[in-house]
Amino acid sequence: MNRTVALWLIVGWVGYAIFPWYAIDDGFWTLEWLDGYVANVDYAPGLFVSLFFDRGWLSPIGLALLAPLFVIRRPKMDPLFSTVLLAAGGFGLAYTLLQGFTVSLAGWNWEFLNAWFGEMEVRQFGMGYGALMVSGAFLFLFAQGVAARGAINGDVFVVGSISLIISMVTAFVFFPVSRILISALQDNDENFAPFQFLDKLFSHGIWGLDCVTSSVGCGVAWNSLTLAVLTGVGTTTLGLAFALIATRTGFRAKKMLRTLSVLPIITPPFVISLAIILLFGRSGAVSTFMADTFGIEPGRWIYGLPGILLAQMLSYTPIAFLVLIGVVEGVSPAMEEAAQTLRADRWKTFTTITLPLIRPGLANAFLIGFIEAMADFGNPMVLGGDYEVLSTSIFYAIVGAQNDQARAAVLALVLLCFTLSAFYVQRRWLGRKSYTTVTGKGDSGVHPHLPKSLTVVVYSTALPWALLTFVIYAMIIFGGFVELWGYNHSFTFKHYIEAFGIEWAESGIVWAGAAWNSFSTTIMIAAISAPLTAAVGLLTAYVLVRQRFGGKDMFEFGTMLSFAIPGTVIGVSYILAFNVPPIELTGTGAILVLCFVFRNMPVGVRAGIASMSQIDRSLDESSLTLGANSFITLRKVVLPLLRPAIVAALVYSFVRAMTAISAVIFLVSARFDMATSYIIGRVENGDYGLAIAYSSTLIVVMLLVILLVQKAVGERKIGRRGMAEDKERPALGVGAV
Amino acid sequence: MTIKGKAASVEFRNVTKAFGEVVAVRDVSFKIDAGELITFLGPSGCGKTTTLRMIAGLEMTTSGQILIGDTEVTHLPATDRDVSMVFQSYALFPHMTVAENVGYGLRVGGLDKAAAMQQASDGLNVVGLKGYEGRLPSELSGGQQQRVAVARALVLEPQVLLFDEPLSNLDAKLRRRMREEIRDLQKDLGLTVVYVTHDQSEALAVSDRIVVMKDAVIAQVGSPHDLYERPVDTFVADFIGDANLVEGEILKLNNGDALVKIGGLEVERPHQGLKPGPTQMAIRPEAIKIAKDTGDGKLRGNVAKAAYLGSHLEYTVISELGELFVIDHDLSSPVAQGESVEITFAERGVNLVRAEE
Repeated sequence: MNRTVALWLIVGWVGYAIFPWYAIDDGFWTLEWLDGYVANVDYAPGLFVSLFFDRGWLSPIGLALLAPLFVIRRPKMDPLFSTVLLAAGGFGLAYTLLQGFTVSLAGWNWEFLNAWFGEMEVRQFGMGYGALMVSGAFLFLFAQGVAARGAINGDVFVVGSISLIISMVTAFVFFPVSRILISALQDNDENFAPFQFLDKLFSHGIWGLDCVTSSVGCGVAWNSLTLAVLTGVGTTTLGLAFALIATRTGFRAKKMLRTLSVLPIITPPFVISLAIILLFGRSGAVSTFMADTFGIEPGRWIYGLPGILLAQMLSYTPIAFLVLIGVVEGVSPAMEEAAQTLRADRWKTFTTITLPLIRPGLANAFLIGFIEAMADFGNPMVLGGDYEVLSTSIFYAIVGAQNDQARAAVLALVLLCFTLSAFYVQRRWLGRKSYTTVTGKGDSGVHPHLPKSLTVVVYSTALPWALLTFVIYAMIIFGGFVELWGYNHSFTFKHYIEAFGIEWAESGIVWAGAAWNSFSTTIMIAAISAPLTAAVGLLTAYVLVRQRFGGKDMFEFGTMLSFAIPGTVIGVSYILAFNVPPIELTGTGAILVLCFVFRNMPVGVRAGIASMSQIDRSLDESSLTLGANSFITLRKVVLPLLRPAIVAALVYSFVRAMTAISAVIFLVSARFDMATSYIIGRVENGDYGLAIAYSSTLIVVMLLVILLVQKAVGERKIGRRGMAEDKERPALGVGAV
Repeated sequence: MTIKGKAASVEFRNVTKAFGEVVAVRDVSFKIDAGELITFLGPSGCGKTTTLRMIAGLEMTTSGQILIGDTEVTHLPATDRDVSMVFQSYALFPHMTVAENVGYGLRVGGLDKAAAMQQASDGLNVVGLKGYEGRLPSELSGGQQQRVAVARALVLEPQVLLFDEPLSNLDAKLRRRMREEIRDLQKDLGLTVVYVTHDQSEALAVSDRIVVMKDAVIAQVGSPHDLYERPVDTFVADFIGDANLVEGEILKLNNGDALVKIGGLEVERPHQGLKPGPTQMAIRPEAIKIAKDTGDGKLRGNVAKAAYLGSHLEYTVISELGELFVIDHDLSSPVAQGESVEITFAERGVNLVRAEE
């Protein structure tokens, strides 16, 4: 008997015959549905719904779940085995989805069905756990059919992984985005309007070049592009500088440097913008100081390109650092030592060996910086002034007085083109470079230090930046204890008490603070989504780096796509797509988790790809020939060597979930409010004190979490003959993140 | 010693492997007997490594069948084949100790930890690395890493053991010792071993039989003796050992033999299916005898270079056949550079060969 088939059949039948088919209004885990379970159509499992209620269209699903029983005892090589699984899985999944889309809240979902079959009296709600389990079972039965046909060496695990990733990305990236793009081709009354679309696409507001010749601003596309290129170059340079200091110099305060440079990503973006305003704004600390000392009139220069650029570089340099430190550490010291023995001095070694080897990492870092800057919403929102970029334009097109969905969709299209082109350029360049440096041979040796002149350059770039970061954070921490910034600078705890006050009543602890609700939700959602994101991301990376299969480029494109979609667009598209059956998710915590998982997944993928490409493929192959299957190989050989990537993925997705704002602001509900949207609300009310107090609390919490994750996952253990500094590394905490 | 062989045969039936447009292996058939050490030899890009990886299940055939023992394994992935492999890079898992590396296959096969570690120790004992269990691969020398890789493959008692250029990262002396150890292990345990190398002396030293590959097809299969004494074409003659490739002319066929005229000399050799007319001859360096010119030799030449190598003498002789490379194991009558010599051929080491396509 084929045990994998049996397992998924059991899952399918449990979903079909035991679990409620439809989504439960108040949430599955309230278990409210146990009351009146089988008798109530809203709570009954699919089997009962199809047999005892007037919804016979659910019965073919049962038939599709019966079919595999007939081949479960047949060998894998038997053509009938794969044929039945392919047919049952494929039909079952397609049919389940089709009936969901066809019969909806208002009966038939499409007009023409009313014309053909007459009005439908019955309505269906969104699918629930039952339907989810059944769909999952169909998917994996189908995958086993594909594997039995010999695809990817007949590897069930790999085929299953690919199927799972494809279907999830389709459901939670392509499907919602297609809803948005469809509306680009429609006018606001849902009529097909291609000419209006072209009009909007080539409008002056997007592509105008007035800023070259006059003082009027350029189109938003040019604004975004300028900003993104500058930010990408800036963050890559700074990230490299920090990575080099941390690994290739005798710098003593590495520990502090690493900690400092990680700070900005654990900070909601608008907080950095706020701190910048507190420093450089018209009544900011630096501006006032300059005015008092040198008589320089405080200006509004911070509102616009310079301000956004500064904020974005503060926000994204650490990401570049995270990407680059892994790569810089991954360069085999033997290569550099070999170069040195070939009479290359330190400078030559660096420029001819180290730099070319880390070039793919540099491309990665630039790409990430570029796309982040393109999609960033928080900083341009707070600091933009008249400098409008694509992401803010999209937001205003939807939320503002215009409420022009079609224009928002067109802007999103332009944005997508930019980010996807960047992605392609980078992909082409990387594709031709093999940078395997961790081989199956034991690696030994010591990284050489940087050449003198370069050390000076690196220090003089990174240290002032670290100082600026330090000052920004001092502002954030200090701001939480100040009565009213700019006017009354007396010390107070009141913001903290207002946010996180705890009282003791007779009934026990009362969470009196205003922030507790959103805080606990945020922690919960972030804690659920981080491991999911890391798992999905690394699994995808594994499939991409280690497996060959048709359509791999499309697959990669699909998995990276969500990274290139700005949060504002994702937020709106999720509302459009998941507000109605068959997948009803708005107002739940699940929609937030899903949004985070698929928005942050590309970072896990990137981190995984970069590290995995440096692990020699023969390690996997030798594990396979030793009798391990690909799942065990992944778990025992690949994952342990990927610890830096795992840490990066976990930390980054956790942190992003806690600090994200652009997509979240559309998806929160009264029951699931997130910290960032709560803070933004406070900022809009002018309540800076509480906002900053709350933000600094978040920062501290995230720091603690990072340290915990770091401890739990540990360092990559490949006996390299240690440098003296290496010995203290496990204690560095945030260091190797 | 607790390791036993479960040696099985390997058979390829019309196997072809293409990577897109490029055909790496074209319609190849052969059979490897159980308990045999067979070497795939050829220049890089000839398809030998692809063949090995198809036996391992790391590459799937484009067409044709593969059998291990009596079972067809054509569509089985590496995991499900009872085959293990020693990689060129050794592919030791850098995050595991030596014992964990060796015990890895046993552990994933379901053996409990204590038993796996015990067998790993036994395996390490076999390759002479007792006491190294707790080390990391990076703490071992190249030769020791190689042994760990061998032990790791051995402890699974595979039906077939594969070696992919296992000695190419070792120095010459170690290489000789390791190849002898591999050969001894193979004989002691009765293993079926498939060995890939581009080093012909390595192949000659260890193999029961050698498969010479060229441009995705098999050029010749045979024992080291066969290949050296009876190469079928100029490629094999030149690739296995040294050979002087010269022009000759078949005068007439006589049963299995052909009468061939080489310069002024005539020899009788197996005709290799060739027809009368011009032909290629492969002459081993030690099959050419030179002696001081007495004036009446039928083939004469001039010594352009002479070198003394302790065990033998090496000459480069210019003759009407072209430049000839000559090895003389008789150290008693050296010929000096610049002297005229007359040339004769020994009985063995002079062969008709097909011209290389």
